[in-house]
Amino acid sequence: MIELDNVAYSYGGGELLSGITFDMQPGSFHFLTGPSGSGKTTFLKLCYGALVPTAGHVRLFDRDVRGMTRDDIAMARRRVGVVHQDVQFLDHLPVADNVALPLTVSGRTKIDELANLKELLSWVGLKSRADALPPELSGGERQRAALARAVIMSPDVILADEPTGNVDWEMSQRLLRLLVELNKMGKTIMIATHDLALIRAAKTQVQARVLRIANRQLQLAGADL
Amino acid sequence: MKFTPSDMLSMLVGDPQADRMVPPTGFTARLTVITAAIMAFLAVFALALSLAAGRLADRWGEELARSATLRISAPAEQMADQTAAALRVLETTAGVASARALSDDEQRALLEPWFGPDVPVDTLPIPQLIEVIEGDPGFDAQGLRLRLQAEVPGAVLDDHTRWRRPLVEAASRLRLLGWTSIALIFAAMAAMITLAANAALAANAQVIAVLRLVGARDSYIAQAFVRRYTLRALSGAGIGMLAGLIAVALLPAAQAEGGFLTGLGFTGPGWLWPLIIPPLAAVVGFVATQAAARRTLRELS
Repeated sequence: MIELDNVAYSYGGGELLSGITFDMQPGSFHFLTGPSGSGKTTFLKLCYGALVPTAGHVRLFDRDVRGMTRDDIAMARRRVGVVHQDVQFLDHLPVADNVALPLTVSGRTKIDELANLKELLSWVGLKSRADALPPELSGGERQRAALARAVIMSPDVILADEPTGNVDWEMSQRLLRLLVELNKMGKTIMIATHDLALIRAAKTQVQARVLRIANRQLQLAGADL
Repeated sequence: MKFTPSDMLSMLVGDPQADRMVPPTGFTARLTVITAAIMAFLAVFALALSLAAGRLADRWGEELARSATLRISAPAEQMADQTAAALRVLETTAGVASARALSDDEQRALLEPWFGPDVPVDTLPIPQLIEVIEGDPGFDAQGLRLRLQAEVPGAVLDDHTRWRRPLVEAASRLRLLGWTSIALIFAAMAAMITLAANAALAANAQVIAVLRLVGARDSYIAQAFVRRYTLRALSGAGIGMLAGLIAVALLPAAQAEGGFLTGLGFTGPGWLWPLIIPPLAAVVGFVATQAAARRTLRELS
């Protein structure tokens, strides 16, 4: 579904990632770790077409990113839910509208989809906050709203970049449970994090594999975590 | 990108959902509307100027080209003979549709503005005037002059070209100037809307990034901005056009012998011309914003 074939990426002068080959299997659950600045966010951006590799090939749903038009990328993003480290919303629209945004922009605003929206909001525990504006939300609420927005299109893949970065342990556990539930529903999950406790907690709930970026390379980390 | 008028229409009635995606902006929105209104107001005057100059050029060109005057100065006792001789010459001249000696009453009417109503025309040594209406094609003025010189020594032919040509030229130039002004006004409007749209796109970089992230296509994002600026240009130009029309309607009415300035305005179906200003402004707004949005979006991931 997302394949990286001998991919390299360099910013300006220096190479950040090189020789990365990775095939994301449907239904898998991956953690992506590595020191700050090692290229976790860049790796995720390559996975949803926000960046084009400087060498090698990235294939999204069997299509090479280089051959895709901007509209093709937009269509591919409807099948990939992304939760950013610093979640951004449309600050002038209430939470419910923000969560429903992927439906709105793809022209899917049918009644049954809106029923889904209510269900989804209560699933992430934001039912009572549906009419609040994003700037009024706490860090944890923002992360949960972002997760809801990422999954409302029922995407095949969910990419989360430090989803627990700004929240307390309690809340990160809750977010993790939501992601694990999604994985059990068949979604492919990839979480970039440097929170090892979170990974340990996940391993008790799901068959998770851990990837580590070190020295520009992607390695499969051992079971020593 | 390609768009047809029907695309434009469907976008205007369009998707208010897309419009909601971009936060409303108070001050710059009003500025855009006001500038569009001012431009439309000026366009109404430029249009009035062009149409009036066009009318003037046509009128001078038409009326004067089609007629000439023959003036006969002769001693009183020869006047009738010379007039008859001149009329005979004119009747046999190719290109003269008709020739007619003006009656005393008509001559008196011509002199009235200068001498008052009670001029004893018959006792004054006033030259006899003959009105010559040109056919199509016209006559050869130089040849006619030579023939008249031989047969009617007291006749002077005035075919008006001497003072007509510079006047018609001036009026045509004025008309050209008017249309050029209209083109410049719309170019300035396009530049203004492009600047405003660029500012709006830059100010809403976060909105655009979020929309891209959740899978919005460029056309959807552009639409929110394009719709807004097209409607602003349309409504602003509508207001400006109405104000311009009212101002033109309030100008003093043209007199019968009206000079050029009092003739500035619209006549008959000419009043319909300004109605194209708002739709034209909308098209300008649409194209300018579309281009600005495309350019900005292409640079984003």
